[in-house]
Amino acid sequence: MNPLENMALAIDTTDLTVAYHESPVLWDVDFQAPQGVLLAIVGPNGAGKTSLIKAILGLIKPAAGRILVFGQRFRPESRAIGYVPQRGTVDWDFPTNVLDVVMMGRYGQLGWIKRPAKADRQLAMECLEKVGMADFHNRQISQLSGGQQQRVFIARAFIQDAPIYLMDEPFAGVDAATERSIIDLLRELKKKGKTVICVHHDLQTLKDYFEWVMLLNIRRVALGKVNDVLTQGNLRKAYGGRAAFLVGADRQEGANA
Amino acid sequence: MAGGPLFWLVLTVRKVRMLEFLQSLTVDYTLRVVMLGAVVLGITAGCLGSFAVLRQQSLLGDAIAHATLPGVGLAFLITQNKSPIVLLAGAAAAGWLGTLFVKVITEATRIKKDAALGIVLSVFFGFGLVIITIVQRLPTATKAGLDKFLFGNAATLLASDVKLMLALSGTVLLLLFLFWKEFKVLVFDHDFAQSLGLKVHRLDILLTSLIVIAIVIGLQTVGVVLMSAMLVAPAASARQWTDRLSIMVLLSAIFGALAGLAGALTSSLVSRMPTGPTIVIYLSVIVAFSLFLAPHRGLWWDWLRTQKNRKRMQTTTMLKNLLLFSEIRTDPFHPHDIAALNAIGRGAINKTMADLQKRGWAKQFQDNRWALTPQGLTMAKQSLEEFEKEILA
Repeated sequence: MNPLENMALAIDTTDLTVAYHESPVLWDVDFQAPQGVLLAIVGPNGAGKTSLIKAILGLIKPAAGRILVFGQRFRPESRAIGYVPQRGTVDWDFPTNVLDVVMMGRYGQLGWIKRPAKADRQLAMECLEKVGMADFHNRQISQLSGGQQQRVFIARAFIQDAPIYLMDEPFAGVDAATERSIIDLLRELKKKGKTVICVHHDLQTLKDYFEWVMLLNIRRVALGKVNDVLTQGNLRKAYGGRAAFLVGADRQEGANA
Repeated sequence: MAGGPLFWLVLTVRKVRMLEFLQSLTVDYTLRVVMLGAVVLGITAGCLGSFAVLRQQSLLGDAIAHATLPGVGLAFLITQNKSPIVLLAGAAAAGWLGTLFVKVITEATRIKKDAALGIVLSVFFGFGLVIITIVQRLPTATKAGLDKFLFGNAATLLASDVKLMLALSGTVLLLLFLFWKEFKVLVFDHDFAQSLGLKVHRLDILLTSLIVIAIVIGLQTVGVVLMSAMLVAPAASARQWTDRLSIMVLLSAIFGALAGLAGALTSSLVSRMPTGPTIVIYLSVIVAFSLFLAPHRGLWWDWLRTQKNRKRMQTTTMLKNLLLFSEIRTDPFHPHDIAALNAIGRGAINKTMADLQKRGWAKQFQDNRWALTPQGLTMAKQSLEEFEKEILA
């Protein structure tokens, strides 16, 4: 039984292969994300999670394979995907403030020469409000904590107002309260019919946060509803023997299902 | 700030009176040309340098500058023409080729970026030196004056040179203005810029080209060896004073113009003084000043903050210690020997006690014994409470 049957796909890759210096980081990956779901990409370090996201966005060139977004070849100009990169990939000592960073999400729409106008500022403030960072709009970005940086990045993605969001480890290095507020935001996006795809690390929270999951370890291990996919066999395939202890609880649930 | 040493040098070396010097600034045509050239160069390099520094590409600027030298020599050898537009075009082409080499080396081989920069810088520069030497020995070219491209010579700037500099600088700054927000997001978050649908490869090429042109503008004045200082030093100084990109670029332009102006004037008034090194001396003053004294980021303020924090720590710790001691006895204001206080203290005890006394929180008794005052007791209890709250939170 194919869990994806009759579902409209937001993202659909076929035989996607990415390689750096001969060694493949993704191999023949068929990744399908149905529209309007919260989906996690899970796998060990070096499984190719970030590479998959970057390949979908066209940031790295795949060696082979086909990538479709809403059934078409993806062009960044279509603004179909909002992107939240890993926090650590930028220099937070860059001379700018929170509001400015959020407004960068509008730069694609503004066109050349034009500067952000009052309406853009207002929109940016609304997005900051949603992530609970409105009071910080004037703050120099080097003075933000990890969780605050993450929320600024999410606000910057919100302002793009895209139908699909790709987020690279949005929960990495944030405190428990921020993690809860971020997952609330993601659920809100889902309610609005958006497709949210996150690279995720924490197997413990996977079931609570996401309904769909792809287990990845260079190759696709499994893809489907979290409860169907999160079996000990699949986890062992993705992580090797190391993760067996992580799913003690899942064995019983798997047996019940 | 650069005016002081400048006048001093002029007065002592040339023995010109101040008035005559000031007059020469307004009347002397050559000097005006030199001044204009230096200011144009400083502004352009300052603006583009900000982006080079923020992209963490300061060393690329150095490699490009050195890589332009063979371009100058070859352009002359091929065309037998020493007009600045030909030589600078050659320089720009070679500078571009240098950056291309860096890119190809880092992408196609496993050589790291710093090594690639080092290779390109030294190979191109060595090649350039050989060509320049050959050119200087040609009977047709004894007066080509290509050697000024090494350390720069502002005094030889002609009006036509400055016109060319102005045209190039105008183009560069206009493009920077037009693509301001694109460059900003490109430098801050390259991948995100690409995900927005911006043509990052083209923007990358454009920004690098603008940096190459900014370097080329300065070659006659500053020279290939020290041109990277014109890019890096004003930008690094400006970063110290502000947290906004626009102000940083503006400040960097001002610093660049000041240093360029002061250096070019000094070197054109003092005979046989190369301009590049002179400008670098003025730049070092600006850098040192910014590094130490800029509010928030300056080292001096850093040090002051540390000192203040340390003093506050010592004072509150001593207050709490006095409180601890006072709880041994029924009378909270009983004096204790300083040696005892010192034994559990945090050092600098004499200063700390003097500070407490000044604030009226402690009182000195005979034989250097100390006790809390009633105010001190309240303060001590208060800071203990705060401390406990902090620990619990």
